[in-house]
Amino acid sequence: MEELLRKLYEDAQKEILSADSLQQIENLRVKYLGKKGELTQILRGMGSLKPEERPVIGQIANEVREKIEGLLTETKNKIAQLEKEKRIKSEYIDITMPGKPYEYGHKHPMTQVLDEIKKIFLGLGFSIAEGPEIEFTYYNFEALNTPEDHPARDLQDTFYVTSDILLRTQTSPVQVRTMEKNKPPIRVISPGRVYRSDEIDATHSPVFHQMEGLVVDEGITMGDLKGVLNIFAKKFFGEDTQTKFRPHYFPFTEPSAEMDVSCFACGGKGCRVCGYTGWIEILGAGMVHPNVLRMSGIDPEKYSGFAFGLGIDRITMLKYGIEDLRLLFENDLRFIQQF
Amino acid sequence: MSLSWLKEFVDIDEDAKAIAEGLTMSGSKVETITSYGKEISNVVVGKIISLEKHPNADKLLVGIVDVGTEKLQIVTGAQNIKVGDYIPVALHGATLPGGVKIKRGKLRGIESNGMMCSAEELGLDESLLPEYQRNGIFILPPFPLGMDINEALQLKDDVLEFEITPNRPDCLSMVGIAREVAATFKKKFKMPVVEVNESEEQNPAKVTIEATDLCFRYVARVVKNVKIGPSPMWMQMRLLKAGIRPINNVVDVTNYVMLELGQPLHAFDLDKVENKHIIVRRAREGEKLVTLDGKERILDSSMLVIADEKEAIGLAGVMGGENTEITDTTVNILIESANFKGSNIRHTSKKLGLRSEASSRFEKGLDPEITVLACERAAQLMEKYCGGTVLKGLVDEYPKPIEKTVLTVNPHRINRFLGTDLPTSQMIEILESLEFKVVQKGDDLEVTVPHFRRDVTIEADIAEEIARLFGYNNIEDSLMKNAQTTLGALTKEQRLEEKAREVLLACGLNEIVTMSFMGHKDLDKINVPLDSPLRKAVKIINPLGEDQSLMRTTLLPFILNVAYTNYSRKVQDFKVFEISKIFMPKELPLKELPQEIKTIAIGMYGKDVDFYSLKGVIEALFEVMGIKGVEYVRAEDPSYHPGRSAKILLGDETLGIFGEIHPDVLENYDIPVRVYGGEINLDKVIQYANVENRYMPLPKYPAVERDIAVLVDGDIFVKAVEKVILETGGKLIDKVELFDVYKGPNIPEGKKSVAFSIWYRSYGRTLTDEEVNVIHNNIVEALDKKLGAKLR
Repeated sequence: MEELLRKLYEDAQKEILSADSLQQIENLRVKYLGKKGELTQILRGMGSLKPEERPVIGQIANEVREKIEGLLTETKNKIAQLEKEKRIKSEYIDITMPGKPYEYGHKHPMTQVLDEIKKIFLGLGFSIAEGPEIEFTYYNFEALNTPEDHPARDLQDTFYVTSDILLRTQTSPVQVRTMEKNKPPIRVISPGRVYRSDEIDATHSPVFHQMEGLVVDEGITMGDLKGVLNIFAKKFFGEDTQTKFRPHYFPFTEPSAEMDVSCFACGGKGCRVCGYTGWIEILGAGMVHPNVLRMSGIDPEKYSGFAFGLGIDRITMLKYGIEDLRLLFENDLRFIQQF
Repeated sequence: MSLSWLKEFVDIDEDAKAIAEGLTMSGSKVETITSYGKEISNVVVGKIISLEKHPNADKLLVGIVDVGTEKLQIVTGAQNIKVGDYIPVALHGATLPGGVKIKRGKLRGIESNGMMCSAEELGLDESLLPEYQRNGIFILPPFPLGMDINEALQLKDDVLEFEITPNRPDCLSMVGIAREVAATFKKKFKMPVVEVNESEEQNPAKVTIEATDLCFRYVARVVKNVKIGPSPMWMQMRLLKAGIRPINNVVDVTNYVMLELGQPLHAFDLDKVENKHIIVRRAREGEKLVTLDGKERILDSSMLVIADEKEAIGLAGVMGGENTEITDTTVNILIESANFKGSNIRHTSKKLGLRSEASSRFEKGLDPEITVLACERAAQLMEKYCGGTVLKGLVDEYPKPIEKTVLTVNPHRINRFLGTDLPTSQMIEILESLEFKVVQKGDDLEVTVPHFRRDVTIEADIAEEIARLFGYNNIEDSLMKNAQTTLGALTKEQRLEEKAREVLLACGLNEIVTMSFMGHKDLDKINVPLDSPLRKAVKIINPLGEDQSLMRTTLLPFILNVAYTNYSRKVQDFKVFEISKIFMPKELPLKELPQEIKTIAIGMYGKDVDFYSLKGVIEALFEVMGIKGVEYVRAEDPSYHPGRSAKILLGDETLGIFGEIHPDVLENYDIPVRVYGGEINLDKVIQYANVENRYMPLPKYPAVERDIAVLVDGDIFVKAVEKVILETGGKLIDKVELFDVYKGPNIPEGKKSVAFSIWYRSYGRTLTDEEVNVIHNNIVEALDKKLGAKLR
């Protein structure tokens, strides 16, 4: 009987090692170890053994069973591994084929620029103020130290609705409204649409976008104006950006300035973008004129402040190298989807 | 501004670029630098000795030109020359602007040893020259033969063009800029020396200012026996470089003094002034005056004229009258040097559509103190260059002399304002360099503002003077270290607006930006009835055109315009939105500001786009904004397809409208595909938004899912079926979802099959089949009873 068991093991071993599919392994398990399998058949003969032989043979039978089982499992794992590898090999795909498209919308480039600017100023403690686009002449001019016969009114071609209501020519009226409503400390930016009576062309539009900034508090200095706008320039145009402040004139600020930034296209060496000067004019700014503070109900003896304004359309064009303003308003999706 | 001229007033060695840079940084922005004469060499003065026809060419002339050292034969095509003319001659080897080189050569067989030059070939603007100088050789006054042309014409020069801000009319002059140069570069400024040799003869002219509110000062002088002719070449050259046309010696002198001192002058032919009496008065209604440009102007009483005892002889500060114009026969001159109210000059010039060099200066409000000097300067130059005699006595009508501005300023306060730490002595130095007079009074400074700086009225103005000459860029940057901390944050409304934008983008819509103007044509195109409130739009008084004369009350026409643009450019998938304002007036004409309503507009077309894809976007928007209970009812709006459009209701409020655009409207836009669009009131969406979410426990017990399919009449809304299911099922219904609507084979005509999945769930226990069966059967019965729906 011992002989039979050994023979059984040898047969099983031979067959198992030559098996090459999981099905064959399963068949062999049934054949050798199943309820009606060969081992069971052999063990049926146990009854004819002498009682003292039984434990010995029993042990041998168990060993054979364990060995066959071990062999089956081992081979099965090996085959499974091989089959997995085979499957993986058969599953190679062309990873250069395009992905399945998911549709997402594109934000207008001006909104993207504005978002970036907003984030910078929100981080500096500014909040966002809004004001009407159809505005009283008073807020657009008089309250900004620009009375009726002021020469600066000449610079602006204004759309009028009535004699004392107009389409705001600048976002600066929001300054006045903010100061009328709030006491210092004031720190706001105010983006929005503004209107001037220009026919549309590559650089002009009757509707365009500005952003105003205003800070009013005790002890605000012109150094603060420079510091804040310098940070803005570096965050928006890049840390290497240089700035230059030139004296200028606005009726509602004194002193007034214009800020140039070093050209971000050429780094200041001079190129087409900056008109070969190395500098690009970006914004107008200044210390809030005492008359403006006073008219808005803020004591200029106690408080001072600075204000600035920049053109979102212009900065968008500069940032993305857009040469014609009309593209921003034409809304060709092939244009908008580039951003 | 000519640099060589500038050097008469200030000793400066810096080159044009350095001066431009320095002035720009101290406040006088230089726009351009134009160089004259740089590339010109070997061009000399010559005189034509003889002139003959070219034997082989009809249109050419052969001249012998004396250039001092030799006589040269030169061939020319010009026709404006004659024997005896002095002309510029480019010798063999000469260079001209634009890299032109002149070589000796043969023209049609005749030797030509150089070139006679036109003004343009010397880099001058020919359009400013008199007729006979244009399209031909530049004819010179008798300069020494062989003299270098650069020297003869003082050609070599750099001309700077400035952007002068409206507060600094004083800088619209040589002396104004020279003062800035002197202060910027710490040099000495020299005023021109003015001396008038008066004759014994008494001035016969009289001046009366009637309108003292519009004319603050009137200075006049009489110069007798002038000989009209060309002004000296150097003067003409300076005018040319400033873009002013030389005319004759008298007019040129007035223009020259205007450029030099900034005071516009006018010269009248005194013999044409009735009784030699100048009267400054308002024009009479309908009074007529022919101005120097030959046009008849009809005036009104808001305008100021210069008149004699008979009639108007000039439009004050704008343009002289033809009736007293200087002509070749003029012998006696009255020089006017006056000061007018700037806003009135601007008003007149705007009303008549007539701007002149003088009016654009007067508009800005000039310094009345300069008038006497300017008048004397002109008299001096006329005596010298027009051969005139200056009569005795200057007329000076100055009813109310302006007072000096004296300001008390505090250096400490100025430092605190600028964020600087400048010593008082440095502030004084800066102010004095700008001709302010400064007296120290304790801690304060008493500053007397020079008469030509009428823009300086408060301490902040003084601070600016100090800051700009100290250099803005030398002020140390700081970050609001004295200020209180503020919170930088969006308001709730602003956060919600951003959220709305994000949803639309996430739905695949692209953001567009359109203009705010519309015309009635736009409303016609979208079928807006004539009595619609959309027609009651805010109207612009001075629009760019009728089609852009209204402030928009709807965004739909703009969406459709953009749809058309994209369709015509073969963009196949079109999904856009805009967030912008519409303007709804309460009454017209406006008494108060109109309501400005932030509005979302949407537009879509393309192969996978239908009503429901648009509705999906709108539902997503409401879901994210936390707006529940929105109802959709049929919209009755002529812009939209009547069967495929919906009005969005939240209780009694209309939040918006959307749907397929009416085929008629699409025809108006020439778009041959279905377009879906809508407008939603974003302000209201923000008002009703509720994004304050609270957590709901996840269900512990399983749901039982049952499907139900019923046959209903074709015109019953799915929403009605769903409503019956929800009402009947009550609290145990967890969720109802439509999964099929079907019409067609196997369904009776006029009916449709509607199928829902219903999930039943209790949050407290596991539902039994029996319980669910009871409710489900109730639902089937209720559907039958209420809607006549039959189970399929």
